[in-house]
Amino acid sequence: MATAIIPSLLRKFTNGEERVTARGRNVRELIADLNRQFPGLASHLLEGDDLKPSVAVSVDGEIGPGGIMEPIGESSEVHFLPAIGGGSDKARRRA
Amino acid sequence: MEGTTSNGKFKVIGTRPIRHDGVDKVIGRAKYGADYAFPGMLHGKVLRSPHAHAKIKSINTAKALKLPGVKAVVTAADLPEAANRLEQAGEMAINPHHLSLNILARDKVLYDGHAIAAVAATSPHIAEEALKLIEVEYEVLPPVMTVDAAMKPGAPILLPDLRNREEGDKPTNVAQHYQFKRGDLEAGFKAADFVIEREFNTAMVHQGYIEPHNAVGIYNADGQATIYCSTQGAFEVRSLSAQVLGVAVGKIKVVPAEIGGGFGGKTTIYLEPLSVLLSKKTGHPVKLVMTRSEVLRASGPTSGSQIKVKMGATHDGKIVAAEVWMAYEAGAFPGSPVGAGAMCILAPYTIENLQIDAYDVVVNRPKTAAYRAPGASNAAMASETVIDEIAEKCGMDPLELRIKNGVHEGSPQVVGPPFKRIGFIETCEAIRHSDHYNSKLTGAHRGRGVASGFWFNAGMQSSATVNIHTDGTASVVTGSPDIGGSRASMAMITAEVLGLPVTDVRPVVADTDSIGHTDVTGGSRVTFATGMAVYEAAQDAARQLRERAAKVWEVKPEDVQLGDGAVSVKDTASFEKGEGKPPMTIKELATKLARTGGPISGRASVNARGVGPAFATTLIDVEVDPDTGKVQVLRCTVAQDVGKAIHPSYVEGQMQGGTAQGIGWGLNEEYFYDDKGVLRNTGLLDYRMPTCLDLPLIETAIVEVPNPGHPLGVRGVGEVSIVPPPAALANAIYRATGVRMTETPMSPPRLLKEMLKKRPGEESQSAAAD
Repeated sequence: MATAIIPSLLRKFTNGEERVTARGRNVRELIADLNRQFPGLASHLLEGDDLKPSVAVSVDGEIGPGGIMEPIGESSEVHFLPAIGGGSDKARRRA
Repeated sequence: MEGTTSNGKFKVIGTRPIRHDGVDKVIGRAKYGADYAFPGMLHGKVLRSPHAHAKIKSINTAKALKLPGVKAVVTAADLPEAANRLEQAGEMAINPHHLSLNILARDKVLYDGHAIAAVAATSPHIAEEALKLIEVEYEVLPPVMTVDAAMKPGAPILLPDLRNREEGDKPTNVAQHYQFKRGDLEAGFKAADFVIEREFNTAMVHQGYIEPHNAVGIYNADGQATIYCSTQGAFEVRSLSAQVLGVAVGKIKVVPAEIGGGFGGKTTIYLEPLSVLLSKKTGHPVKLVMTRSEVLRASGPTSGSQIKVKMGATHDGKIVAAEVWMAYEAGAFPGSPVGAGAMCILAPYTIENLQIDAYDVVVNRPKTAAYRAPGASNAAMASETVIDEIAEKCGMDPLELRIKNGVHEGSPQVVGPPFKRIGFIETCEAIRHSDHYNSKLTGAHRGRGVASGFWFNAGMQSSATVNIHTDGTASVVTGSPDIGGSRASMAMITAEVLGLPVTDVRPVVADTDSIGHTDVTGGSRVTFATGMAVYEAAQDAARQLRERAAKVWEVKPEDVQLGDGAVSVKDTASFEKGEGKPPMTIKELATKLARTGGPISGRASVNARGVGPAFATTLIDVEVDPDTGKVQVLRCTVAQDVGKAIHPSYVEGQMQGGTAQGIGWGLNEEYFYDDKGVLRNTGLLDYRMPTCLDLPLIETAIVEVPNPGHPLGVRGVGEVSIVPPPAALANAIYRATGVRMTETPMSPPRLLKEMLKKRPGEESQSAAAD
């Protein structure tokens, strides 16, 4: 199972836990599983069928261009981050 | 890589050829946005608010429309209501409602200079006269100019739709709260031998590009529009203008002109949709060009900020805990770079226990836009001066303290994921081994300071096409406006892969109909991401060249190799025996393209992975005038990890340019607003940017720790050098005067005031310095 690192302001949904495990072949499936375990969490990460424009996801240390479609491995570490622009304060960060 | 010598060394990359666009720029033939003119073109001007905060009760344009020569007036009523939520626009997340309100105010004006109406007339003078005839009735409201004032309970609210959902869904000026936590903060501070706690204020500053914003809009009867403008991102202008105008992206073509500086400030729109709207109303092309005053009053600066830093360390120089509170001025609409600042502020160091709280706060100032490593310079001013103080308290060399606590491959980032290959320590070592560091600084009122900085860099989307011409030369077409010499870099990458002389490769920046989607020239991403697309497109062209040669020679394509500008059969032994095929230059092969399948175009589009973050360390010597507080920079050296320098001269130029801007930020630049929130320094005489008289030759140390995520090892180079200078200056000023500055700019009156506080019996002079 992948490990999701929960942003501190959302740990109220995970009983204060920073690191939780979840299943999924991609970010979409992982968030769905997180929401099954911690109801309400997904509403802070998703808007409609996509990531909120203010949220970026790092999988194994890289903010991949796939966003919600980004593949996840069995032992991946997934971080949810603010989407911050490089050179543009509004662009989704790709660092 | 094909096109390189057998020992793997580059032939073109790393050299310093003359830029391809140099001649046009030197002789004045290069066409900037304001240079465009079309038959029947009208001239537009924008009416701007004289108030920082006011309700618009009514707008009457009747008298203006009657002025002879006036062809149209537009207000927010001519724009569609836009959705009030974050939406994707290309790769940007924008709130179309806020973007539209910044283009033309609807019910409220939110800063001095906020656009209210635009006029098109037969001359710019008539358009200006018409502005005076537009009658606007205001209800003036109290302005909110600082994060302190905006965050106070009961503060006037700028945007009724902003709600504080952390505290019971109340109206607020705080648009966003970010928090990053790691470890046990309390335990960390308990383990510290000492704790340093400081509060910093940094002033709002402008990017200071020389060329003002401009746009020419042409709306055709078939519903298609073309915009000519100076921009860092033609595709962003297209998508944002489409949002504001309520039309499909495909209805707009954007032609990027040459650009006279941007530094992040030209990644958004101001005049572009107005030019189209006025053109649609009049049936003529319409040109708008901002004045310098408009640039300063109404185009995005970067945030002023308030930052509190508390750090605990042990006597042997280990930083064990850090707590940061930071609030950035977003301007009139949400979107300051405080999130980036929060992720940068402690990025160079491994600190086990930390908490960072960051707030994006709206105030009655122009909406901020990106500025070179947005948010990071403010942050470093705070953290890097505290780091300097810790080093002093430990009796350590400040570089030694940085190296002791510095991040390397595998260290956790503030946001969690570990760093990949990075070169922070290497930048500290480069400074430690520099001639500057090893020279003595002597003389009264002189001091030396050092500081470091971090910037993420960006990847994002880029497209490129490499065309082989019939004479064996090539062109490389991208969608990245060239603001720092990237044409030359793209040509060099192409030349390296194909084995051509760089002068045989013509780089072209295309419009939005002529190349695949390409994100902004920003985030230090062009040489990295567009360079990756160019590398792949050139490889595609090389593959096709090999295939064509194989066809000519009737051998398998895999038996053909490309190098040194020629194709040859791999089996050199048989060639030597007289059985092989003689090598054929690309020039010879190019004459056979029509008969072997037609023209060759190599293409690639990438959504780049493998971004390599950047670090810089800067050393500055200053002399402070004890009577005036004026700071003279005596010597400055910057070391930066660039991954691989494609064109070292332009890399050095970026390092020097960012450092110069950081020095201006640190020493002199600031917005002066009066108590009504009206900007009082709206020209470059009063908005004091550094000139060549203020700066020494900035020495550079290029550090090359290759980025494993890029085929050529490239990291971005355009931004991080602006991060360390304000803190390095503050640290140098401390050693020259004994004064620890906690505000920028460290201008003569501000520094003199603090210096006089240190001199017994001179308190009255300190008051006078106010």
